[in-house]
Amino acid sequence: MPSLKDLRGRINSVKSTRKITQAMKMVAAAKLRRAQSQAEQARPYAERMERMLASLGASVAGSPDAPKLLVGTGQDKVHLLVVITADRGLAGPFNTNVGRFARARIRALEAEGKTVKVLSVGRKGAAYLKREFPRHIVGEISFMGKKRIGFEDAQEVADRITAMLEAGEFDACSLIYNRFQSVITQIATEQRLIPAPLPEAKSEAANGAQALYEYEPAEEQILATLLPRNLAIQVYRALLENNAGFYGSQMNAMDNATRNAGEMINKLTLNYNRTRQANITKELIEIISGAEAV
Amino acid sequence: MATFQLELVSPEKLLLSRPVDMAVLPAAEGEMGVLPGHAPMIVALRGGTITVTENGQVTDRLFVAGGFAEITPERCTVLADEATPVASLSRATAEARIREAEAAYTAATTEPEEKREAAMARLLSARAMLQAAEAA
Repeated sequence: MPSLKDLRGRINSVKSTRKITQAMKMVAAAKLRRAQSQAEQARPYAERMERMLASLGASVAGSPDAPKLLVGTGQDKVHLLVVITADRGLAGPFNTNVGRFARARIRALEAEGKTVKVLSVGRKGAAYLKREFPRHIVGEISFMGKKRIGFEDAQEVADRITAMLEAGEFDACSLIYNRFQSVITQIATEQRLIPAPLPEAKSEAANGAQALYEYEPAEEQILATLLPRNLAIQVYRALLENNAGFYGSQMNAMDNATRNAGEMINKLTLNYNRTRQANITKELIEIISGAEAV
Repeated sequence: MATFQLELVSPEKLLLSRPVDMAVLPAAEGEMGVLPGHAPMIVALRGGTITVTENGQVTDRLFVAGGFAEITPERCTVLADEATPVASLSRATAEARIREAEAAYTAATTEPEEKREAAMARLLSARAMLQAAEAA
């Protein structure tokens, strides 16, 4: 039976925990709104880029000297997985989900006899995967201490991927990240980057009129600058979704924590009052029985 | 007068989307005026200023640091790497950028052709930025 003092101490500590989680929830909610609007603002560019790429890619993909970024190296041996997670924790199952998904993918690819390399973006994913696959990790990127994610950050990741491709370090590349579906659901997904999936190139060509673009300079030259750009955009989009998802998940986790703390406080208070009453009753009995004995 | 939809987007946001009479784009192979009913084209852009004309008057001047444009008879979409209204450009930033690009170019002299060209393009874009800043 804990003493009254112990109970008081516990109630106070749970109360301050609740204060912290509540504050974190508010902060996450505010940041979530900002992250969501940033993700929305990035959408038009990505959409238009996709449209342009569809019409360009269709006309170049068939040629034998198509750029590597579009068609890959022609082999399928070494896979690079770019795993995007948050830099911080306290967000429920957010980071673990991606980690688990990545682990399953690594295992599956290895079972097919492929070599897997991992480029981890975000501190938490690196920590998670390092335990199990220390030799797979070829690089870590973290945006710790940055106020907001800018396009330059995505560019940095994309440049890294391009450099690795040019050095022949991998044949295919995919992104693994948490897709932001709603504030309460984020789904760990894999998205193929290299070879680039051509978005509805065929249906556009079937429309006829759409495919008749003139190019200045030549297609290949435009494509050579467009593809790295597209890569950066895809990474940027994933980073923003990851960011929004993180705050959504954190908001949820903190909401739950606040509620749990509230329940805990109620239970402890009940316990505290009971103990206090029991003590009083005990003292009364002692006094009365003492008086009777006289 | 006939108009067409001009859209200007940077990776971070949609900057402009409205019907205009004419737009002059800094295409990679020379300035290019776009009027309604232009033949479908995809062009690469270099660093330079986009001039927007409405009702016979220049209403907007924006600096882009490079990018692409997709032109169809009804629409012109500019995907800019970075876009700023000319009025809010500053000489100091432009000069800093030129210095940076010059250093990068000197460092790239031993690199393969493509890298050198990319560095050159950055330098030219920075110079165009300074010019635009001075003109404003």
